Amino acid sequence: MSATSHDNGNSRSLDRLLPLILLPVGLIALGPVVRLLLEGIGFGDGFTTDHLTTILTRDSTRTALMHSLLTAGGGTVLSMLIGAAFAFLVALTDMRGKGALVFCLMIPMMIPPQITALAWMQMTGPSSVLLKTLGIAPPLGSPQPLHSATGIIILLGIQHASLVFLTLRAGLRMIPADLVEAARMSGAGAFRVWAQTVLPLSMPSLIAGGAMAFVTALGNFGIPAMLGIPARYSTLPTLIYQRLVGMGPSVLPEVAVLALLIGTVAIVGVLLSRFMLLRRGFGLVGLSGTPLALSLGRARLPVEITLWAFIFAILALPLFALLATSVIPAYGVPLTFDSATLKAWVDVLFVQPVTRRAYGNSLFLATLAAVILMAISLPLAWLMERRANRLSRTIDALIDLPYALPGVVLSIACILTFLDLPFTDLTLYGTIWIILMAYLARFFVVMLRPIQASLAQLDPAMEEAAASVGAHLGRRLRDIVLPLAAPSAAAGAILVFLTAVNELTVSALLWSSGTETLGVVIYNLEDSGETVMASALAMSIVVLIIVLMGLVQAGAKRFPKGVIPWQS
Amino acid sequence: MAELTFSNLTKRFGGVPALDGINAAIGAGEFVALLGPSGCGKTTLLRLTAGFEQPDEGVIRIGGDTVAGAGRFVPPEVREIGIVFQSYALWPHKSVAGNVSYPLEVRRIPRAERVARVAEALDLTGLRDFADRMPSQLSGGQRQRVALARCLVFEPRAVLLDEPLANLDLALRASMQDVFSMFHRRTGATMLYVTHDQSEALALADRVAVMEEGRIRQFAAPEVLYREPADCFVAGFVGDGAVVPARLTGRSEPGRVLLSVLGQDIWCRSSTNAPSHVSIRPEAITLSDDAPLRARVSSCTYLGGRFRLVLDAEGEALVAFAPQRAAIGETVGVRIRDPWAFRDPAAQTLMADALTHA
Repeated sequence: MSATSHDNGNSRSLDRLLPLILLPVGLIALGPVVRLLLEGIGFGDGFTTDHLTTILTRDSTRTALMHSLLTAGGGTVLSMLIGAAFAFLVALTDMRGKGALVFCLMIPMMIPPQITALAWMQMTGPSSVLLKTLGIAPPLGSPQPLHSATGIIILLGIQHASLVFLTLRAGLRMIPADLVEAARMSGAGAFRVWAQTVLPLSMPSLIAGGAMAFVTALGNFGIPAMLGIPARYSTLPTLIYQRLVGMGPSVLPEVAVLALLIGTVAIVGVLLSRFMLLRRGFGLVGLSGTPLALSLGRARLPVEITLWAFIFAILALPLFALLATSVIPAYGVPLTFDSATLKAWVDVLFVQPVTRRAYGNSLFLATLAAVILMAISLPLAWLMERRANRLSRTIDALIDLPYALPGVVLSIACILTFLDLPFTDLTLYGTIWIILMAYLARFFVVMLRPIQASLAQLDPAMEEAAASVGAHLGRRLRDIVLPLAAPSAAAGAILVFLTAVNELTVSALLWSSGTETLGVVIYNLEDSGETVMASALAMSIVVLIIVLMGLVQAGAKRFPKGVIPWQS
Repeated sequence: MAELTFSNLTKRFGGVPALDGINAAIGAGEFVALLGPSGCGKTTLLRLTAGFEQPDEGVIRIGGDTVAGAGRFVPPEVREIGIVFQSYALWPHKSVAGNVSYPLEVRRIPRAERVARVAEALDLTGLRDFADRMPSQLSGGQRQRVALARCLVFEPRAVLLDEPLANLDLALRASMQDVFSMFHRRTGATMLYVTHDQSEALALADRVAVMEEGRIRQFAAPEVLYREPADCFVAGFVGDGAVVPARLTGRSEPGRVLLSVLGQDIWCRSSTNAPSHVSIRPEAITLSDDAPLRARVSSCTYLGGRFRLVLDAEGEALVAFAPQRAAIGETVGVRIRDPWAFRDPAAQTLMADALTHA
């Protein structure tokens, strides 16, 4: 019996120790956000709302806020148009080649916004290599048309269309097929069914998708930075960036207020959409799951051609333009078979210390973030699924926050938190570790949700069977839970890696010399006129991303439902 | 092999008792079935025994060790109890041999011995040729055998089976019943078998505990349950036949009592001299034209070789077997021989109520 009580002690102590991981998780994920809130009410120099009112009444703040609302709003409308058109056609009709189409529509979401902006700039304007090669470039001296509010709106709209698409398609799949069949039995044609049955029923998901697109567009830094800053058109994220880069940490209290302002606008947007959803909620009763396939009839081929042409225009053309710019010897030289060279690629990948360092930093940060998050998320997800208590449920509900809030908000929050580590003289600001902390907070939910999904589908009897044959908690987690959740964990890790490698918004404010990330370097290269190198670097990242997405796609059958974001 | 003892065991879910004062002792090497309708608490009792749930009151002992209750709780992994789940719960990422050898790996059994014991367990369950298959490549019956092999390989103190045949088709159930019997004979393991199917329970178990609403109504050998049910629930739930209220005539002999049943005075087997009901099995009824008790045929079903008749006699539904078909609505004579009379605990309170209101 002594062996029994000894083992007994072992497994129980792990049972008691495991909940302790909730503490660092809560601190890393939610600590910075709380710290930012405190800063807004004057934490540190006595509680005051003075600088709150000063900054909010400044002209520059008001202009940036108006620009932010205009570009994010306009981009959202465009996203909803594109996303909804694709979602309705893909989810409801008998179109062919849906899988490939969806995959291509997802690529803009996965490509970093500053690369999107760079690519589009290579497609338009007087110095476009592609246009010059084709001989249709506008005359020199004419303005780059994308350096404007319209340009920002178009690119934001394209970048976030897939968010609307995914939400709406998931909603459309919930509509019971018999509702549509009932409408058809009542004599309604395909268009009538769509307009009078499907459209009203899918309104909630369209609104939810629009809200997501709005919040994401509001926090987007890459596109307004590349297109707006040259045109002196500032939005809130670029205003924060310019202040902080120009003046240093002394303006922290000021930019904290601006960050809170974006956060507030984002939350108001979400609440507004919730309010609209409340008034439009339908209880859907019936069998869902049967995919609808309304026949397009003779319109099928033209519709397919139109959609693919659109994909070609928003995805292939800009990437071609980017590729064209990346293989010329110097900016301004036209692209011919003789002038084409891989010099910029070689420079970027092997020669230039800055780009090599950026590759190293980004890969290091992305890998480390993925590994750490995987290691924490597995036991955490298990804890939330099998041993739920009030604390774990609270963290579960709030952990979306650092991901949902605009990236600049999180960056400012992280600077405030880690500038002076509590109880020490140490600072993480200016080191690579502050970027890592921000990544951990931001991408937690990207890692956690897939693992949660797979654990929720795991029969508890699997673990009970292991317990009954003598495996204590540690062994059960290692031998049973880990291997069965591994495919989802791998998918989650790749997603974290993808998102982190892409990332600019957070690191734009947190980098310093030596800790540049890929996103930062692309922006800096373009900013200093090294467009060819920027293009080569951007193109190499696009290739990396498409390969990684392809890897996830190839393993799609092994993941439970809901793990891969572009396959709901 | 160890005996299992439950003393005053109570388990509540959200204040509602799922088990209500269970007292039972299962001998070492005994095969016991827990039989009852869904929601009667039989699976809860099994999960408490395995250690997946903690009792609110009472004590569970395995081979003399207290594993739950009296301030002690031994977690499932150190109870040395095997369990076969309804869903089999085979680990999909391990092969058949991998599933079966896992309990030995956890116990750090040396490799050579492990291989030998896994082979022995696979032989015993007829899985020798399937050792390298993955669970997804097996049929339902084969998965069940793997689950059984996985639990026999570490020689547990007791084996629990949770509706193990519920997911199998009829033909497979019969053959798996043989496997369980063989398994029990060969290993002599203490086995606790949860089922809602009385034919499984009666066919397999040494003793059956009939449960209802968190209590054990009767715990006895199958033939005793059938011939001498303790109350109306057991009489109605186990076996075919009718349960009919009876009136005392005042005459009794040791082991027998004369009762007025359906207007007839009938000598009944009984262990009490004040029974309230009789259980009339189909075998206790003979149809004869000159019998004084008349009954109307209300249904007639062919069972293969004989017919099952439902008869309406004095407003009670009796069940009888007949060698030939009877027309519905036809009147037949019924003779009842040697039924079992018992005192239903609920009837007692009903009578008491009637007396106070009178």
